Amino acid sequence: MSLTRKDVEKIARLARLSITEAEMPVYVTSLSSIVDFVDELSRVETHSVEPMAHPLEGQRQRLRADVVTETDHRENYQANAPRVQAGLYVVPRVIE
Amino acid sequence: MLHTLSVGELARRLAAREISSVELARHFLARIERLNPSLNAVITLTADQALEAARAADRRLAAGERGRLLGIPLIHKDIFCTEGVRTSCGSRMLDNFISPYDATIVAKLKGAGTVMLGKSNMDEFAMGSSNETSYYGPVRNPWDTTKVPGGSSGGSSAASAARLAPFTTGTDTGGSIRQPAALTGVTGVKPTYGRVSRYGMIAFASSLDQAGVLARSAEDAAVVLEVMAGFDPKDSTSVDTPVPDYSAALDAPLKGLKIGILREFFDGLESRNAALIRDALEVYTAMGAETIEVSLPHLPLSVPTYYVVAPAECSSNLSRFDGVRYGYRCDQPKDLLDLYERSRGEGFGPEVKRRIMTGTYVLSAGYFDAYYLKAQKVRRLITDDFRKAFEKVDLLVGPTTPTPAFAIGAKVDDPVTMYLNDIYTIGANLAGLPGISAPCGFVDELPVGMQLIGPHFSEARLLSAAHHYQRATDWHRKTPGGYQ
Repeated sequence: MSLTRKDVEKIARLARLSITEAEMPVYVTSLSSIVDFVDELSRVETHSVEPMAHPLEGQRQRLRADVVTETDHRENYQANAPRVQAGLYVVPRVIE
Repeated sequence: MLHTLSVGELARRLAAREISSVELARHFLARIERLNPSLNAVITLTADQALEAARAADRRLAAGERGRLLGIPLIHKDIFCTEGVRTSCGSRMLDNFISPYDATIVAKLKGAGTVMLGKSNMDEFAMGSSNETSYYGPVRNPWDTTKVPGGSSGGSSAASAARLAPFTTGTDTGGSIRQPAALTGVTGVKPTYGRVSRYGMIAFASSLDQAGVLARSAEDAAVVLEVMAGFDPKDSTSVDTPVPDYSAALDAPLKGLKIGILREFFDGLESRNAALIRDALEVYTAMGAETIEVSLPHLPLSVPTYYVVAPAECSSNLSRFDGVRYGYRCDQPKDLLDLYERSRGEGFGPEVKRRIMTGTYVLSAGYFDAYYLKAQKVRRLITDDFRKAFEKVDLLVGPTTPTPAFAIGAKVDDPVTMYLNDIYTIGANLAGLPGISAPCGFVDELPVGMQLIGPHFSEARLLSAAHHYQRATDWHRKTPGGYQ
């Protein structure tokens, strides 16, 4: 069950990845080969098996008291930002 | 010579003030300068910070403080956030990223007085088994520089093997500590899922990732693991269970240990590798262990299961790299979509993009049940197989990799061929089990590793078993020519 170019274009769009014209056939081939490889799983009998999201059973999401424990790190964290203005991240216009 | 000494011996000499931490740091920094160009193992050198940390360690030692890692140098895999120091994850996406904080394991090792010499090269975003996907170029195996050191912790394993540091840190999601340890002849430890904090460790696959150590011996690894392990409230999957004294447990008697030999491990294994594993098993039986054949019938499904689960989780984890808040941003984005698509398209390498797209596909509407949910069910079958085996045996021993190190460039064309390198290691990640790879011989003058896998939180027993083997053999003491 191989993937088509259209499939790969759709996946790339969902994943927000630009794929160049030159790269496209390579990705179609390699993704198809990966999907064919994992298709083996479809032949396994799993009718009454519970899915396992996590290797340690019985772990629960820990909760903590709703009190402030962090201080403002904005300047430190924004030091890596490509474009910042007045403490906000600058991106191309989103709203027309 | 200083770089041939164990962590324990270095700590003893530092405590006795026979050597200083500054002297030790200078020694290893000089080795890195001389030997790293042939390996490309270290991609960020932190010489000034290292000397500052070494001076601080010397002050603590002079004040009478003692500690098993106080003053000891190390190299961190570049997946761990290190405050004020570039943390690239082997990717163009983070080439400009200076981490504003320390990962928990970095902070713990720093608190124990270690001296960070630099950050090691790795497969991009930890995706790879050969350290060929790094933005910074491939790492070379010190045993034969035309060969790969394994991956994704290739830089760390090459650095430990070439003695550029007494030990290095790594991460293991599908075998990325154990497989490179096997290919470079060092002792690599992947702890139980939840044993070591993942806070500050750049996430690849959150239900599989674990941090660990690549050292020259189980004895050295035990000392490091004691410091790295432990509950961390900042990691919601961290387990709150006490950390044993791994060093004290090393000499626990081996007699009567039940070792499971996995039938599925030996199917299709290169015969000379298999012979070395059988030799290792004989060393164990001579020491009083008992071997029992066990079968994990679903284990052959572990590679396809992993290549659904790990890409799915990575597609989610890597969605944060959007060119907005940190990391690579493309030039002159024309709109938001272009910003995302080109920042990610240009910032990520091909293997990362392949895995993100595989993950996106298996999670997408119409395919989620057939792939992701299905893989999670098979994951449970594999985990149950391990659990049943551990009702009969204390640990499993088998090969770490199907062959010794392969040539750089040999497997880059077909992703699936590369994926099959992880065939022996992946099961432990799916089940969250601890695993160790220890050197057990050579084939064509290239190292071969044996793998030990145990039940959850059995690190003490695994380290002890590896230690007993290392007391009876000396494979772990061999060093590649040119790096002695």
